[in-house]
Amino acid sequence: MTYDIVFVVASVVAIVAALMVVLSGNPFISSLALIGNLIALATFYLLLQSDFLAAAQVIVYAGAVMIMFLFVTAYLGGRADEPTRQRPIWQTLAALVAAAGIAAEIVFGVARENFLHGPVVSDGFGAPQAIAVRFLGRYLLAFEGTSLLLLIAAVGGVVLATRRPAPRGPHEPGAFEVERPRRVRSLQSSVMQAETEFEVVRTGGGDDEKDEG
Amino acid sequence: MHIGVEWFISVSAILFGIGLYGVFTRRSPLILLLSVEIMLNACNLALISFSRYLGEQSGQVFALVVMAVAASEVVVGLGLVVAIARRKGDLDVDRLTGLRH
Repeated sequence: MTYDIVFVVASVVAIVAALMVVLSGNPFISSLALIGNLIALATFYLLLQSDFLAAAQVIVYAGAVMIMFLFVTAYLGGRADEPTRQRPIWQTLAALVAAAGIAAEIVFGVARENFLHGPVVSDGFGAPQAIAVRFLGRYLLAFEGTSLLLLIAAVGGVVLATRRPAPRGPHEPGAFEVERPRRVRSLQSSVMQAETEFEVVRTGGGDDEKDEG
Repeated sequence: MHIGVEWFISVSAILFGIGLYGVFTRRSPLILLLSVEIMLNACNLALISFSRYLGEQSGQVFALVVMAVAASEVVVGLGLVVAIARRKGDLDVDRLTGLRH
């Protein structure tokens, strides 16, 4: 009975939060609603006795990924808002038909099927040990591929998001250089100053002209 | 009322439909990424429900891989969004037609 109540509450939260993500015009509200949706999904995973995945969902998704979304939304500011242009009505209708169609297809297809009760599993069904045995055994290649993918994504994110240094003149400092006082130039200028302070003995044509004048 | 795997799959299908609607109708690339996240998570829910139904943990392993793929996709997608916002200042997926011809 408690199971049913938790399921119903989690379904309502998940669906309402997903609708808020899609329908809200404010990207901040969308991101926060998606966090609610992800936590409701973590509840589903707990109901399905997948403890480790529920924890990973909350930590990885609701924790890390969504914080990144919120950072980017804050960085973009008003530019992240939905363009206020009116979209054609047929587009909305077609999207509605496609979305409702695929959902209804699966729901009715599944409802007609007579699923028997799943097997009774032990408490350690979703434990990290059980998943690790599969991940580091049978699915080792997928594991290594995933780690490579994450590395590539990290490098790609850095490459895409770094600011390219603008073309600079010969004396401007680069983007990653520290601007230091230029000792050579200051020495030069002090020498120049010294030259103007003392009398300069001129030789050559200049002196001749002076004598004539 | 016994809540079996079909209920979880139904919720997953509804969430997938909502995400699909978002991808089709929204214009801001940020919201598109959020909608794709909804769809990926709906698939994760289906994988995990069937994993529980079959009493085999392989589905959970797949779900973990999907999570990693989704995280990578978000990193690259957000990097693209930031780069586009910096270069063009206009975030509207209908106007990003630089690669059309």
